[in-house]
Amino acid sequence: MSRLVLFLPLVLFAVMAVYFGMGLREDPSEIPSQLIDRELPAFDLPAISGDVEGLSNTDLVGQVSLLNVFGSWCPPCAVEHPMLMQIARSGVVPIYGIDWKDPPGAGSAWLERNGNPYQRVGDDASGRTAIDLGITGAPETFIIDHLGRVRYRHVGVITEQVWTDRLRPLVEHLQAEAAE
Amino acid sequence: MIAELGQFALILAFVVALAQSVLTLVGLKLRDPVIHAYARAGALTQFVLLAAAFACLTLLFAVSDFSALVVAENSHTDKPLIYKLTGVWGNHEGSMLLWSVILTAYTAALALAAKPVEARLVSLTFAVQSLVTSAFTAFLIFTSNPFARLWPAPENGQDLNPLLQDPGLASHPPMLYAGYVGFSITFAFAVAALIEGRVDARWARIVRPWALTAWTFLTIGIALGASWAYYELGWGGWWAWDPVENASLMPWLAGTAFIHSLRVMEKRDTLKAWTILLALLTFSLSLAGAFLVRSGVITSVHAFAVDPARGVFILAILIVVIGGSLALFALRAGHLRPTGVFSIVSRESTLLVNNLFIGAACFLVFFGTFYPLFVTTVSDETITVGAPFYNATFNPLMGVLILLVPISGMLAWKRGKLKRILRLLTPAAMAALAAAVLAFWIADRVRIAGALGTGLAVWVGIGVLIDLAQRIKLFDLPLGASLTRARNLPLGIWGMIVAHLGLAVTIFAITGVSAWKQEASAFLMPGQSMRMGAYTLTLDDVQRQDGANYITEMGQFSAARGQRPMGEMVAERRYYPVRQMSTTESAIRTRLTGDLYVTIGEPVQDRGWPVHAYVYPFAVWLWIGSAILALGGFLSIADRGRRALIARKDKAAAGSDEVQA
Repeated sequence: MSRLVLFLPLVLFAVMAVYFGMGLREDPSEIPSQLIDRELPAFDLPAISGDVEGLSNTDLVGQVSLLNVFGSWCPPCAVEHPMLMQIARSGVVPIYGIDWKDPPGAGSAWLERNGNPYQRVGDDASGRTAIDLGITGAPETFIIDHLGRVRYRHVGVITEQVWTDRLRPLVEHLQAEAAE
Repeated sequence: MIAELGQFALILAFVVALAQSVLTLVGLKLRDPVIHAYARAGALTQFVLLAAAFACLTLLFAVSDFSALVVAENSHTDKPLIYKLTGVWGNHEGSMLLWSVILTAYTAALALAAKPVEARLVSLTFAVQSLVTSAFTAFLIFTSNPFARLWPAPENGQDLNPLLQDPGLASHPPMLYAGYVGFSITFAFAVAALIEGRVDARWARIVRPWALTAWTFLTIGIALGASWAYYELGWGGWWAWDPVENASLMPWLAGTAFIHSLRVMEKRDTLKAWTILLALLTFSLSLAGAFLVRSGVITSVHAFAVDPARGVFILAILIVVIGGSLALFALRAGHLRPTGVFSIVSRESTLLVNNLFIGAACFLVFFGTFYPLFVTTVSDETITVGAPFYNATFNPLMGVLILLVPISGMLAWKRGKLKRILRLLTPAAMAALAAAVLAFWIADRVRIAGALGTGLAVWVGIGVLIDLAQRIKLFDLPLGASLTRARNLPLGIWGMIVAHLGLAVTIFAITGVSAWKQEASAFLMPGQSMRMGAYTLTLDDVQRQDGANYITEMGQFSAARGQRPMGEMVAERRYYPVRQMSTTESAIRTRLTGDLYVTIGEPVQDRGWPVHAYVYPFAVWLWIGSAILALGGFLSIADRGRRALIARKDKAAAGSDEVQA
């Protein structure tokens, strides 16, 4: 019996190694979402300040858009932010934001400090909507088509490369699709 | 030319390491004593070669040779020299090279420090250590070559991520790696002991200084990382339960359990298999941390470029190193028989409880870090684990554990008298209760957490001081006699007392910073003021200036507490044109009672500059507390060194006839 116990660490590690291997197979920033090609779950989030309006899922119908989940507490979001500003300035696609699990005032202060790339920002202080969206961590970005369906999910920072190689072509494709 | 030299040195280091591990094992099998001498020469050669490779890479950065790919991607001619040099490890390839250099530095240190008396054990340790080195140098050569060329060479480089151009980053990774990698030595010793099939108090005595060294560096590394987050990221936090932070916390927890159980093994010759397992796990968790960051399995700010080939390679290293050592453990640990017995009320049993609690805490962090990955791998569901999870699970567990700290320190080995100790500790309990009630009464919110944290900190602090007073018979003897006793206390005991005091200070600081922080924000035009609690903050002026490789906008503030002026503060917002990134340089006025922390943002037309101000009570004690913890580590290491020295002199005098290398 006691000899068998000694094998326990090895067995546990073997199980983990299998998971690691499975986790490696795909690009981790392309975690498939169960929401792909489905409509967004319903949400109606209040505004984070008087400057920007709040966000509900119906705001995302009618045009192709990016839905970005961020938080002022999230260092990678600070890294991603200049890229979002650049996308917003280029006018290629509107960006909507969900401020995830931020204390009152923190999200708006952060946007004031770094600039606001978002058309509207919903305050998800409880994290309820993030759970419905299946968020693994901030930042995370969805591409939403003109019918309000999730078409793509990107986990992690949008870098210049991610934007030009992956997101932008898909956004332009969806915009062409919407125009037909 | 320089790059090729570096490349050459790197390849040679790989070959020497591989040859050493194979030859040593063969030599030991043949029982040829010549192998012991070779083991040392080989260890030193590996270090010299990798240090040379590292020097080459540093030189490439110093002269901004953009025909080297890593330099072109991470440096820029306008960057200050200090950040050109620290940029060497501000990228994946360079940091892995640094990792390998530190790995061989430890091997070389072992070669210089090891006594000839345990020749077989030490040679086996070299073999294991060299195997790990060859794995990592192979990883460098085949998937992350730091000396790759770029042709044609670009005019200028892409600059280092400005968040990483900070003194905190300059020192954080080397310290952290010195910690992670230091546990490779204890790992190698554990594997060697399993192969030898013999673990005893002597093994624990040899291994303990290495474990303490690694633990101390890891403590410093984590504290520097937290202070980097606090000062440079400008969001006012210092710990976010980010996967990469967790990756450094897990080996720290396992390492903490390990140094405590080593003590039990050394004194009581028991907990053998458990201690060996901790040695294996501590380094395994360090490696898993590297896997986390490098493979991109989990995303984080610290993540370097994602490359599946690297992930596969690191996974292979993990399977060989961790899987191999755990398999050896499963087969051999059954032979390790304890000679000591356990009594319920004794220091060793409280240390066992310490181990179980830390082990459980480590598992919680592990679970919180990897569970989202497991869930996404087996189903379409995705879930999130954040601070609330850790607050609800990790904190109570650590709280109960910390209650035991002063009791454990005072209990005797073998058989302790609990009643007497509880009586002695009554003043500490009273003080803790009083402090908790006071904290509850003063605070207007987060009262319970604040009261619990304060109470625990005071309990540990006073409890440890009572322990010290008992040991030197303060008040029982004349003061002079007590001081003599204090001077004669072994440094290891001082190390324990100091480290536990550091723990008390750190708990108090964590409580202060997280439970009692205040914040406020407002738009300010020059000349306008804002209030936060007792503080008034006035924006005097905003100026633009050019820095070395950035443009800065500086907000000059004058702060006052009540009517008393606190002087000038300057908060900056820097823009780095090459990377098109901005960073905030917060203005921090540090006092022992707390930090006033101010950041300034991008101005909004007609409304002025958004200003965010925080008060972090007792924040500076976070760093002081960590420094005291590390000091405790250093004291204990010094003790080992001195005792080892004395033992060697005794041996030399007695003309030992043990195996000579």
